Amino acid sequence: MSDHNVKEIRVGLATCGIASGGRPVHEAVHEAARRHGLHVPVKAVGCSGLCHQEPIVEVVSTDGRRQVFGGVRPAEARRIVRDCVTPRGMVGKAMAWAGRMADLLLSDEAWVSVKPFAAHPESATEAGQAGEQKLIVLENCGQIDPLCIDEYLARGGYAALRRCVADMTPQQVIDAVTQSGLRGRGGGGYPTGLKWATARSQQDSTRYVVCNADEGDPGAFMDRLVLESDPQRVIEGMAIAAYAIGAAEGYIYIRAEYPLAVRVLREAIAQAERAGYLGQGILGTGFSLRLHVMEGAGAFVCGEETALMASIMGRRGMPRFRPPYPAESGLWGKPTSVNNVETFACVPWIVRHGSAAFAAIGTERSKGTKVFALAGRIRRGGLIEVPMGTTIRDVVENIGGGMHEGRRFKAVQIGGPSGGCIPASMADLPIDYEALTRTGAIMGSGGLVVLDDSDCMVDIARFFLEFTEKESCGKCTFCRVGTRRMLDILERLCDGKGHPEDLDDLEMLCDQVRHTSLCGLGRTAPNPVLTTLRYFRDEYEAHLQGRCPARKCKALIAYRVTDTCIGCTRCAQRCPVQAIQPTPYEQHTIDAEKCIRCGMCKAGCPADAIVVE
Amino acid sequence: MTKAKRQPVDEPIDLAAVDNIVRRTGTTADAAIPILQAIQSHFRYLPQEALEHVCRTTEITAAQIAGVSTFYSQFRHKPVGRHMVRVCHGTACHVAGAPLITEALRRHLGIDDDHEDTDADRLFTIEKVPCLGCCSLAPCMTIDDVTYGKLTPHKATMIIDKVRKESGR
Repeated sequence: MSDHNVKEIRVGLATCGIASGGRPVHEAVHEAARRHGLHVPVKAVGCSGLCHQEPIVEVVSTDGRRQVFGGVRPAEARRIVRDCVTPRGMVGKAMAWAGRMADLLLSDEAWVSVKPFAAHPESATEAGQAGEQKLIVLENCGQIDPLCIDEYLARGGYAALRRCVADMTPQQVIDAVTQSGLRGRGGGGYPTGLKWATARSQQDSTRYVVCNADEGDPGAFMDRLVLESDPQRVIEGMAIAAYAIGAAEGYIYIRAEYPLAVRVLREAIAQAERAGYLGQGILGTGFSLRLHVMEGAGAFVCGEETALMASIMGRRGMPRFRPPYPAESGLWGKPTSVNNVETFACVPWIVRHGSAAFAAIGTERSKGTKVFALAGRIRRGGLIEVPMGTTIRDVVENIGGGMHEGRRFKAVQIGGPSGGCIPASMADLPIDYEALTRTGAIMGSGGLVVLDDSDCMVDIARFFLEFTEKESCGKCTFCRVGTRRMLDILERLCDGKGHPEDLDDLEMLCDQVRHTSLCGLGRTAPNPVLTTLRYFRDEYEAHLQGRCPARKCKALIAYRVTDTCIGCTRCAQRCPVQAIQPTPYEQHTIDAEKCIRCGMCKAGCPADAIVVE
Repeated sequence: MTKAKRQPVDEPIDLAAVDNIVRRTGTTADAAIPILQAIQSHFRYLPQEALEHVCRTTEITAAQIAGVSTFYSQFRHKPVGRHMVRVCHGTACHVAGAPLITEALRRHLGIDDDHEDTDADRLFTIEKVPCLGCCSLAPCMTIDDVTYGKLTPHKATMIIDKVRKESGR
C-alpha cells in the first residue's frame, strides 16, 4: 500500500501526441500505476496545445496542483508515477529507496528527472507557452477525456444549450451572438450573428446548419486539435446555432485526412444523442437536431462554403456565384448556415459568460480570441489562443520562445495559401482582421508559420502557388491558367532563369487573378506573391541576378567541403550519386557536375565541414 | 503477409463487397462520395469494374462518378503498393526540408518516372500530402498509420529499409 495525493494522471493522445510516441507512454503509466497501487484514473486526453513537448504526462493532485512533464519516454513515465507515491511501512520505503538507487547505478540519467515546465498555459511561468494566452476555445483541451461526455458536463458543458432552449428565444440567441461581436473564424470574418439572422429570416422552414471542418491550409491544425480534444463543445455550438436559425439537421464536413478526429467526433455525437443533447426533443423541448458527419475527399477548394455544399450533395466541389448566399439558398436550395469549427466552439462560452464578457476581449472591430497553429522556426510550436489585438512579436517571442540559436526572425506567414508574409519589421502589428488585411495578408483560419533568415521568400511564394495551382478547381479561367503562369515565372526565378520583366508580369497576373475569380481561393491566391514582392523585393531581384540569399534554391547554390573536413568518408558513403570520392584522412571534394544538392552529405557531416554557397 | 490486403491487378473484383457498400450508403446521387470512399478503403483504389457496378445499381451516373472520382485527390484509379508513404508538404514541413525527403525516398526506391509513385516491387507508394497536422514534428511522414517526425533524408531512407525488412523483403 502507498500514500499519494494524486487525483488523476493525463497523457496527451491527440494526433501530435500519438505521433511523438504517446501510446507506449500511456501504457507505461497504466502499468506503473497498477504496480505501485496507484488507483487513480489514467486518462487519455487530447492536446493541451504544447505540441513541441509531446508526449506529455500531467499529474493532477487532489489539491488541484498540476505538474506537466514534457518529452516523456516510457521509462521516464514509470519514474514519474513512482515518484508520486510514498510507500507505507519500513519495508516499502526501503524497497523504494533500493529501486531508486538501482536506477542511479544502472543508468546515467536516473536523477535527471523530467522537468515540469508549466502548470497551465494560462498561468505558465517558465518554459511553457507562457504569457498572454486567453483560453476560450481551448479551455478544456488536454484536460478532459474527449470520449467522455460526463467530463465535458462536469466543466459546465451543455449549460449554454440548456439555457438557450429553456430561457431564450432564437432571436435572443442571435442577438447575444451579434452583440458579442463574434466573426467567422474560418478566415472571412463575416459577423456570425448576421449570418444566422439571415438564415432565420428565410421563408423556407427546412434549414441546415453546417460545420466547416475542411481544414485544408497547409500549416494549420486548429480544427483537428479542437475536434480531437473537445468535440462536445463544437457539437454544443452547432446545437445552439441550429436552435437559433431553426434547423433540424446538420452536417459536419471534415477532412478525411484526420482519421482520429473523425472517429472521436462520431463517438461524441453518439454520446450526445444518448444523453439527450441531440436527437428528438432535446432537453425535453420540441427542438430536434440530427447531425451527420461527412468526410471530405481531399480538395482544398471545399473549404469555400458553396464548394463544400456541392461536395455534401455528392458533386464536384466547385464554388458557384454568390448571391444567393448559402444563408438564403444553400444545401438542396434551403437556407444553410455554414460556420467554422472555431466559431462554433466560441458560442457556448458566449452564452455562458454573456456577450459583454466576450466583447470585452480584443480590439474595436475584432472581438474575442483567435486560435493559431504556431509552427516553423520557433522554439515552441503548438496550438495557442490569444486575445485579438496581441502583437505578432508577442506571439513569436513570448509564446513561441523566439528563434533557434543564431537565427534571425525574418517573417511570419499567416493565413496559409490565402495569406501572406509579414516581415519582422512589422511585428508590432496587432492581430486583428482589418490590420492584417491592410498588410496584404489575411487573418485566415489560423496557420502561423514563423520564418527565419534561412528561408527563401521566393521559394515560399513558389510553394504556395504550387499548392493553389494544383487545388484550383478549374472553373474560372484566370484562376486555372493564371496561377499556372505565375507558377511558371516563380519556378523560373528559383531556377535562376528569370527575365527582367518577370516581376512586372507577376504583379499584373496577381491583379488579374484576384479580380476575375469567383471564390476565395482564386481571389486570395496572389497574396503570398504580392506580400513577398512588396516586402522582400530585394530577394526577387537577387534571384534575377542568379543569387538565392537564403541559399535555398537548388539551382543557385553549390555544396563545398571546407578544410575543417576530418576525412571520415561519411559524406562519400551517404552521397546517393557518388559525387564525393572517399579519400580517408584527407579533405574531401564534391564534384559539382554530379552533385544533385540533396543535402545528405551536409546533414551527416560530424565536423560541420560542408557549406552551402 | 496477412496484414495488408492488396488486390492484385488481374484478380477478379469482388462485386458483392460493392453491393454491401451500396446497401449501407443508399443509392441516391448525394451518396457518391461516401460510396467511392468505401470502395477505396476496401480495394485500396477504385477498380473500373466496381465503378461500373455502382452505375448499374444506383442513381449515380457514369458522368458523375468520372467527374467526382477525378476531382478529389483522395481517389486513386491505380492499385497502390503494400505500404502507403505520405510525406507531409505543409508549410512547416516545406521550410524544414520536405522536398529533400521526398526526393531521397524516390531515389532510394528507384522511382525515376515523374508520373509514377510506386516502386517496382509494388511495396511502397509515395504520396505528397498537403498537411498531416503535426507541424511541431516537421518534417514528417506517415507509413500506413505510423507517423515519423523530425526526419532527415537519411533517416527517412533508413525507416523505409526497416519497414521493408519487417515485411520480409
